[in-house]
Amino acid sequence: MGKTIAEKILSLKSGQDARANDIVVADLDFVMGQDGTSGLAIRAFEEMNSKRVFDPVKIAMVIDHSAPSPLEGVSALHHQMRVFANEQQINFYDIGDGVCHQLVPEKGHVVPGNLVIGADSHTCTYGAINVFSTGVGSTDLAAGLSSGKLWFKVPETFKFIMNGTLPAGVYSKDLILYLIGDVTADGATYMAAEYTGQAIDALSVEGRFTISNMAIEMGAKCGLMEADEKTVAWVKAHSNKPFETVKADPDAVYARVKEYDVSKLEPQVAKPHTVDNVSPISEVVGTPVQQGVIGTCTNGRIEDFRIAAEILRGRKLAPGTRLIIAPSSRQVMLQAMREGLIEIFIEAGAAVVTPGCGPCVGTHNGVPSDGENVISTANRNFKGRMGNNKAFIYLASPATVAASVLYGKISDPREFNS
Amino acid sequence: MNLHGKVHKFGNDVNTDYIISGRHKFKTLDMKELAKHVMEDLDPQFYSKLNKGDFIVAGSNFGCGSSREQAPLAIINADISAVIAKSFARIFYRNCINTGLPLIECDTDLINPEDELEIDLGAGVLHNLTQGIDITITPLPPVMLKILNDGGLVEHFKKYGGFNFD
Repeated sequence: MGKTIAEKILSLKSGQDARANDIVVADLDFVMGQDGTSGLAIRAFEEMNSKRVFDPVKIAMVIDHSAPSPLEGVSALHHQMRVFANEQQINFYDIGDGVCHQLVPEKGHVVPGNLVIGADSHTCTYGAINVFSTGVGSTDLAAGLSSGKLWFKVPETFKFIMNGTLPAGVYSKDLILYLIGDVTADGATYMAAEYTGQAIDALSVEGRFTISNMAIEMGAKCGLMEADEKTVAWVKAHSNKPFETVKADPDAVYARVKEYDVSKLEPQVAKPHTVDNVSPISEVVGTPVQQGVIGTCTNGRIEDFRIAAEILRGRKLAPGTRLIIAPSSRQVMLQAMREGLIEIFIEAGAAVVTPGCGPCVGTHNGVPSDGENVISTANRNFKGRMGNNKAFIYLASPATVAASVLYGKISDPREFNS
Repeated sequence: MNLHGKVHKFGNDVNTDYIISGRHKFKTLDMKELAKHVMEDLDPQFYSKLNKGDFIVAGSNFGCGSSREQAPLAIINADISAVIAKSFARIFYRNCINTGLPLIECDTDLINPEDELEIDLGAGVLHNLTQGIDITITPLPPVMLKILNDGGLVEHFKKYGGFNFD
């Protein structure tokens, strides 16, 4: 009987014949923590009487969620991380370096076939490059830092076969929002998602990251894709680590398989206050918005900024509308500057903030006021997510956000198709 | 271990932002302070209504969203004795086991707000004292039971110096 990608990677890393629902202890290839979770992890690491991390090269800590620090309490947490990183000689990314989920693949820390944990729920992002990566909490992170191992329940797999070609003005963000709306927020709970098919093959690696990033929003443990030539080229451009790609067997056993045709897909919008509350854009066009956000680990990559800049070039935000641009890394920001994209945004009236999580988690960089509507490229629109529980968050593609801030209301980006 | 308290009931898909908002959790590692804000965005008066040992009862997918361990820690520090739901999101589930917060999976349609419950974790029985019924609990897998019985993952590591499920 064949195996899924998840079963193969967990077999390889545990040295056992791992099948869905088995519990295995497996070796970790990389371990990551950010500033919302590392403080508690360092405390747990010390309480475990651990002295040294298992391998400093295989660990990174990233200050991205509240960067630069807006508060004294946050500064103390950041200080604690800097001291720990220095003592343990691990990889460390400070304010302005970017979002953890951009940095981990961009800096070449992970390669196909790896098993990775991160103390951040969107760690599933690296599934797009054939990595079994999953989010954990701080104590699991501490166990990983200390031992280089973690226990896993081998997940069943939910396979999504995406056929057809995405129409112009419709992007990978629209595709994943559609899938989450279809299967709901717990449609893949405890499962690995595998995304395959012609529509996935046609995407760039950057576009694929957007899909795997949101696997957790359907409850999935990871959002896996097979590696193709594009994946291999992308990984080789970012990493010197050797790797072997992992494919699912043709006779692998899936808990669920769903097939879709994307060729008539409209741009999609997730409405307040849940990510699975998804509508085609035609149902929400005209909803007033006071703030737009383009960035985050979901859609803060160079391709996203190129798409947004194409729409914003030579145009101005609607009066009374704000736009926040948060590049996902220093590298992305530099590239956007070289290509003149940052200039386009600033000319249009946008505020560009430090590479990092930006206003997504509600700690700084653009907390909306009571009753305001925000349209964002982020991955969560929970009540209070951006720091005000009386604001309303809509999620969409960079193109839809760019079109919407030009009108001050949710707008269909296909109007700007060239 | 026997748990006893009153029910505070919520719906489906209660996410970790609702359990403890990001605007609070980044400020401090003082969990007693964070506990005062538990479930605040769903019920601003929640913390003031609690008595020691009370239960949070919810529908499916409790704890979805972010990986923040402050979520179970804030619940523990609000003196809530267990969370009872139809199902849990997986990161939250692991975090509860690791930090020692008992989780109970059962049919929560049989539990109403304000009901008084008694739970015998050892025997795996939930008594709804108000309604006079017993509700079956889904048992925990052995690995998780082992970590919970050791007092959480930190204590497990202190005891064995790493993972030990033999």
